[in-house]
Formats: sequence, structure tokens, C-alpha cells
Amino acid sequence: MLVGEIKTIKELYGLDLIAPGHRACAGCGALIAVRQILMASKRPLIVVSATSCLEVTSTPYPQTMWKTPWVHLLFENAATAASGIEAALKVLSRKYNRQEHYIIAFGGDGGTFDIGIQALSGALERGHRFIYVCYDNEAYMNTGIQRSGATPLGAATTTSPVGTKIVGKTQQKKDLMEIVVAHRIPYAATASPSHWKDLVNKVRKAQSYDGPSFIHVIAPCTRGWYFDTSETIKVARLAVETRYWPLYEVENGRYRITHPVPNPKPLEEFLKVQRRLSHLLLPENAEILESLKAYVNERWERLQKLSACFA
Amino acid sequence: MASVKTTTLPGGIINRPGSTIDYKTGTWRVKRPVVNLDKCIGCLICWIYCPEPAIIKRDDGKIDFDYDYCKGCGICSLECPTKAIRIVEE
Ligand SMILES: Cc1ncc(C[n+]2csc(CCOP(=O)(O)OP(=O)(O)O)c2C)c(N)n1
Ligand code: SF4
Ligand code: SF4
Ligand code: SF4
Ligand SMILES: [Mg+2]
Repeated sequence: MLVGEIKTIKELYGLDLIAPGHRACAGCGALIAVRQILMASKRPLIVVSATSCLEVTSTPYPQTMWKTPWVHLLFENAATAASGIEAALKVLSRKYNRQEHYIIAFGGDGGTFDIGIQALSGALERGHRFIYVCYDNEAYMNTGIQRSGATPLGAATTTSPVGTKIVGKTQQKKDLMEIVVAHRIPYAATASPSHWKDLVNKVRKAQSYDGPSFIHVIAPCTRGWYFDTSETIKVARLAVETRYWPLYEVENGRYRITHPVPNPKPLEEFLKVQRRLSHLLLPENAEILESLKAYVNERWERLQKLSACFA
Repeated sequence: MASVKTTTLPGGIINRPGSTIDYKTGTWRVKRPVVNLDKCIGCLICWIYCPEPAIIKRDDGKIDFDYDYCKGCGICSLECPTKAIRIVEE
């Protein structure tokens, strides 16, 4: 189904749909991911954002970084807004012979895993032709680092601190991809801005389908994960190389690991570079570290088995 | 093409795409990336990872910085495969 595979960075030069001057923190992973996704997207493109760091930093009224039509409504309804736009444009193109548009909705992990999941489920079930992108910085960053359903076990946030009663978040991360895949949509994939080629081609693939698609992209956050602003891509790459963030796709129900990691780095390599998680390396937190490792390993093994089923 | 009746909905409307360029985020910077053009091979890896974007391709294929917007995060320097970008104090 792949049309126009992107092979080199040079093919993307000049395709930016965001302008500089936006107010994201220096080194923001979300902005790198969004920038790459938009460069890869087919045009004309309409973007929808849920309330989030992306929304707030991209449109300091009366300015906007977006160079393509963009809509923000609420925190919980990016998928609903995208559905309405898609339905309206479908009618317009039929009635007035208007050009077809592409639509991408962006939500943070809070806006997707938690508050927007009902809207997302409805949009996927109704079959609207759009990509929903969840950029995952694993907490509610814009309001000051509160834990979300996407925060991993043991991670320190302002509502799951490391103290004497609890050591960071006490629950494992929700497996959002599995929830999305259960809707039997044509295309769902995970991605990382460190692996830009994998990411941009997943965008192209998603847009080749006449139905809903979903991309779950890791978005390291220097403020909430506590690492140096220069290390955003390094951290994203370590997430992939330790199997913390498996890169895979589910195309018409068929699983495929798109970036095999035959010799994974120890999970500790990913944890130790971020202060929200580095306490898991302390001897007293060994049990939590083991649970987190078990989660990561079980998910990887499951994905491997599923991929083998469809190979 | 038949005309389409439109209604303006209430809400904030911004009619200048990309207008954040009015705001120079370069003033945030405390450290500055500097490229050694002898080492730069024009691979654009720095460019694909810049969050702003604040990297420009020169006519010779090598890169230059747009210091009006570069926030000095240092990602470009860490990711450059030939170590062509140094970070210096402002
Ligand atoms: C209904 C509603 N509840 C709460 C808020 C406040 N709020 C704005 S952004 C935000 C956090 C968003 O978190 P996430 O979706 O993970 O995006 P991030 O900021 O982390 O990128 C919250 C709680 C809101 N705008 N609307
Ligand atoms: S808080 Fe994190 S996600 Fe939000 S703008 Fe800053 S770096 Fe980006
Ligand atoms: S990453 Fe380094 S070598 Fe490649 S274009 Fe940038 S400065 Fe030049
Ligand atoms: S230091 Fe950061 S903002 Fe400046 S050019 Fe490099 S990657 Fe872009
Ligand atoms: Mg978030």
C-alpha cells in the first residue's frame, strides 16, 4: 500500500508546515515529532489539536506557528472535531467537486489515554478518514507534570511523587495501542522522532488508507522527564534500543515489528538518563524495577509472537 | 464551482499562518551552536531533529543557523555524525 516511500532527509527539506518562534521549551520532543509528521503529510492538510503543550505553545494568540489550517476546540474532543471536519469536507467535495483534504488530529497522552478516549473511540468506530496522533510525553505536562494513564510504573510526577508512602506511579502504563487495534482500523503504528525514516513513512502509509489510522509517538519532555535539553533524541533512541518503546505497526490486523532490536540495551540505560525514573536504580527500589522490566519484556515477547503469526 | 454559504463562528481566529515568526525565540538562548563548515557534510541530520526549526540549508548544501529563533537546546550538536557543531556560551 505504500506510495512514495521517503528514503532520504533531503526529500523532506522545504516541506515544513510549522514556523519557528513557537513557545515550546528548548529541546521539546513533541515539537520534533510534530514537525516530522507534518513534513511527511500529504497536502492540503487540516490539523486539529487537543488542549496540551502543543496547543498552547503553537498558538500564542494572536500568533500561530501553523502554516496550514488548524483548529483547537477542547481538551477532550480533538477526535470529534476531526470527525466533523472530515464529514463536512466529504459532503463539500461531493456537492461542489472540491479537492480532497487530509486531516491529522494531535492529542497529548492525557488528552488521548484519559480524557479524550471516548471521542477517539467514537471517531475510530465511525470510520472517519484521518490520522489521530497521540504524542506521548507520559504525563500532563502543560499543567505541571501530573501522572496520566500513560505514565510508566515508578515514574515521579507531581501527583505520584517519590516519598515514603509511594515510589512514583504505582500502576503500569495503559496499553493504548491494543485499545486502538481492537477497533479494527486499517492502520495503527508506534513511532519515535529518533527513527525519523520509520516515522515519516508510517505517516505516508496511514494516509494511503481510506479510513482512520493511529500513530503513537514518543515525545521526550526535558521539563517533566528531567534531562538536558540536548538529549531529547538520545533519550528517544534509548527508549527504542532498550525495547521500552517498540516500533511496530498493525496493518489490517497484521502485526509487524518495523525496527527489530535483536540485542537490546539494558532498560537501566533508558532510566538512568532521566531524573523522573533514575531512582528505580536504587537497591531499595529493585522490586519496582523488576516489575517495569517484566512489563517491557512481556510486551516485546507478545509483539514478537504476533508478528511471527503474520510473517 | 457553486458558491458555499459560510457562517463565521465565534472564537479566536488567526489569519496569518506561521505568524510566530514575529517573536524571536533566539533571545531565550544562553548557549549558541557554531558550525565548522570544513567538517559539515551536509547530511541534514541536525535539521531533521531541530524542534524549531532554526537550521537552514546553504546553497552549497551545508548548514547555517537562524539565530533569530535558535533556542540553543544543543540537539543538533549532540546528533551531528561528524561533530561539526560546537556549543559555546553566548
Ligand atoms: C476539560 C479540561 N480539563 C483540564 C484542562 C487543563 N489542562 C490543559 S492542558 C492539560 C494537560 C494536557 O496533558 P497532555 O494531554 O498529556 O498534553 P501535554 O501538555 O502533556 O503535552 C490540562 C490538564 C482543560 N484545558 N480542560
Ligand atoms: S513541558 Fe515538555 S512537552 Fe511541554 S513544551 Fe516543554 S518540553 Fe515540550
Ligand atoms: S548534522 Fe553535522 S554534518 Fe550533517 S548537516 Fe548538520 S552540521 Fe553538517
Ligand atoms: S541548538 Fe537546538 S534550536 Fe538551535 S539549531 Fe540546534 S537543534 Fe535547533
Ligand atoms: Mg502529556
